[in-house]
Amino acid sequence: MNAVQKYFTDMMAWIDARLPVTETYEKHMSKYYAPKNFNTWYYFGILATVVLVLQLVTGIWLTMSYTPTGEGAFASIEYIMRDVDFGWMLRYMHSTGASAFFLVVYLHMFRGLMYGSYQKPRELIWIFGMLIYVALMAEGFFGYLLPWGNMSYWGAQVIVSLAEAIPLVGNELAIWVRGDFNMSGITLNRFFALHVVAIPLVLIVLVFLHILALHEVGSNNPDGVDIKKHLDEEGRPLDGIPFHPYYTLGHDLMAIVVFLFVFCGIMFFFPDGGGYLLEPPNFTPADPLKTPDLIAPVWYYTPYYSMLRAATFELFGMSAKFWGLVVMASAIAILFVVPWLDRSPVKSIRYKGMASRLFLGLFVVSFLVLGYLGTVHPTPGRTLMAQLCTTVYFAYFLLMPWYTRAEKTKPVPERVTMR
Amino acid sequence: MVYKSGKNEAGTGKGDNAMNTKNLLQKMILTGLLSISSLVFAASESLYPLDEMAPDLNNKASLQRGMAVYMNYCMGCHSLQYQRYKLTAEHLEIPEEMMLEHLIFDPEKRIGDLMTNSMKGSDAKNWFGVIPPDLTLQTRLRGGPEWLYTYMRTFYVDDSRPFGVNNLVFPNVGMPHVLADLQGKQEKVCKQIPVLADNGGDKRNPITGEAITEEKCGEELIERGYSPLRLVEGSGSLSPEAYDAMIYDLANFLYYTGEPMRQERERIGVYVLLFLAFFFVFAWLLHKEYWKDIH
Repeated sequence: MNAVQKYFTDMMAWIDARLPVTETYEKHMSKYYAPKNFNTWYYFGILATVVLVLQLVTGIWLTMSYTPTGEGAFASIEYIMRDVDFGWMLRYMHSTGASAFFLVVYLHMFRGLMYGSYQKPRELIWIFGMLIYVALMAEGFFGYLLPWGNMSYWGAQVIVSLAEAIPLVGNELAIWVRGDFNMSGITLNRFFALHVVAIPLVLIVLVFLHILALHEVGSNNPDGVDIKKHLDEEGRPLDGIPFHPYYTLGHDLMAIVVFLFVFCGIMFFFPDGGGYLLEPPNFTPADPLKTPDLIAPVWYYTPYYSMLRAATFELFGMSAKFWGLVVMASAIAILFVVPWLDRSPVKSIRYKGMASRLFLGLFVVSFLVLGYLGTVHPTPGRTLMAQLCTTVYFAYFLLMPWYTRAEKTKPVPERVTMR
Repeated sequence: MVYKSGKNEAGTGKGDNAMNTKNLLQKMILTGLLSISSLVFAASESLYPLDEMAPDLNNKASLQRGMAVYMNYCMGCHSLQYQRYKLTAEHLEIPEEMMLEHLIFDPEKRIGDLMTNSMKGSDAKNWFGVIPPDLTLQTRLRGGPEWLYTYMRTFYVDDSRPFGVNNLVFPNVGMPHVLADLQGKQEKVCKQIPVLADNGGDKRNPITGEAITEEKCGEELIERGYSPLRLVEGSGSLSPEAYDAMIYDLANFLYYTGEPMRQERERIGVYVLLFLAFFFVFAWLLHKEYWKDIH
């Protein structure tokens, strides 16, 4: 051991006696054993982390030049786009990043549903994940108002006015949320505070808990096999490999580069995303007297927006809008209880029966169709379609306790398979 | 317009409640009145098919000509308030002194200023019924330069309108045809066009082979892909080709102001993608190295 090494070892010992740096590093990185059979679906967790960092960093820099007032917001965005060095890059990174965040999170959630990653003992991981998803939706919603374009204004107006459908307290609630009788600079200011401070803090804490809970019980895998059942003589899982460096450098780095390639391709060459990432009506400042022809939320909310519009009838003396709100809220709430709806003896879709596969497939199709329907004008035919898809969406969850029990499952192998 | 956000509405104390209710009432009445008036002035969008127009940001001469047209004919009413002269001069390769001398007519303006104009909103309302919109982002708002390119070429004589002109792309628009002296008068006419055959082509006389025509007007002409407008010969100082070219330059310039950093974005984007492709090779080799023992 030369002098430099000795100095380094002594220094680490000094720190470790006071702060568990090495211990933490080993627990979560070099001695965290992850199943060796992760497939492509297992990239999206790390990609979500990458996008989170991207959004935080670009967000900080955008805040340096943004003006959170009704008078100055729109112009300050254009100032960032023109006069701030690389401001356009920060802004496009952030706007493209918002969509990328939802895309990877949706794929990450689908992976969880497919391989039963929410099943015992991973219920808390799933619940923290769902809380992250809800926080992310709030973050996106608050952030969308900030450019103070006309679509920002009317989109937020439509969503906040949903509160008015709640009986008795609805009107007061909407005014309380806006801080004004209609959307105004006051609303913009509070949304700014929520978007840059409150929700990001919540998100970071939840992500921390999500990962902590994951590392406590260990990762699931495409076979849904518990790798801790087969250990070597030193107590390491035979089918596990250290997260660092095998996954970090040996696996995820490659995926991050591919992801960034696609991300940068969109960000540098199609930042408008054909009007789906940045909508044309948002290139004019907020105008309370001029409603855009079609008010549609950004693509990542459209499945729920469709469900909201699919409720077209009054019931028990309550308005259709109220029931739309109930359907929309339930569609998200029901995801929280998936761990208790799934009664299957196996985790992974690989070993579940035909019914599970069929329902998962129908669920994905209905979600995509609802997503599309939310971007276009409603017609009677489309509304009927949205009602049908909403029914299928809920059937996937509500019938789960029965079809997961009744179907014939395949035998699960003892050890993981590499395929 | 009537809408004012922010400070003066922040009623904090209890005493402000009555005030707020009164404000709300005023606001509601005002909003109601203005929505009626905006129905009168602001016009509906038409579905007139837009002409194709391929913008070219590398054509600096076109952008320079477009800016010259804009500064001479448009700037008086339509500001470019998000864009600065200096950045424009740099991107369009116009020397700053030359721009100050020939393109900036307001002696108070300096090269680093935003491209605003001095038209008062209240005056504009009296004159046109609406405040002429800022056009910096017009091509992005309209989803491309085609709208503007078509709009500026489809004014026609309509005596029922306050300024004597109407527009095919923007019916009942509040704007006069400022370039009428250059383009000349266009009249909305009926035209003799070939009868539509059952197979979708032109119906022809089976013996002579000549097209059989019929008179069509307005919407029916548009549906068949014909323009319902005809230029009054000799009424404008430019030929139709020269006028179209001028409007091309103008639309090209506004395409530029919509996103001035577009060329830099695409230039840097190429390097970023090349770097990532290059870096992927090493990430892949690293993967091979780490995973060679794992089966």
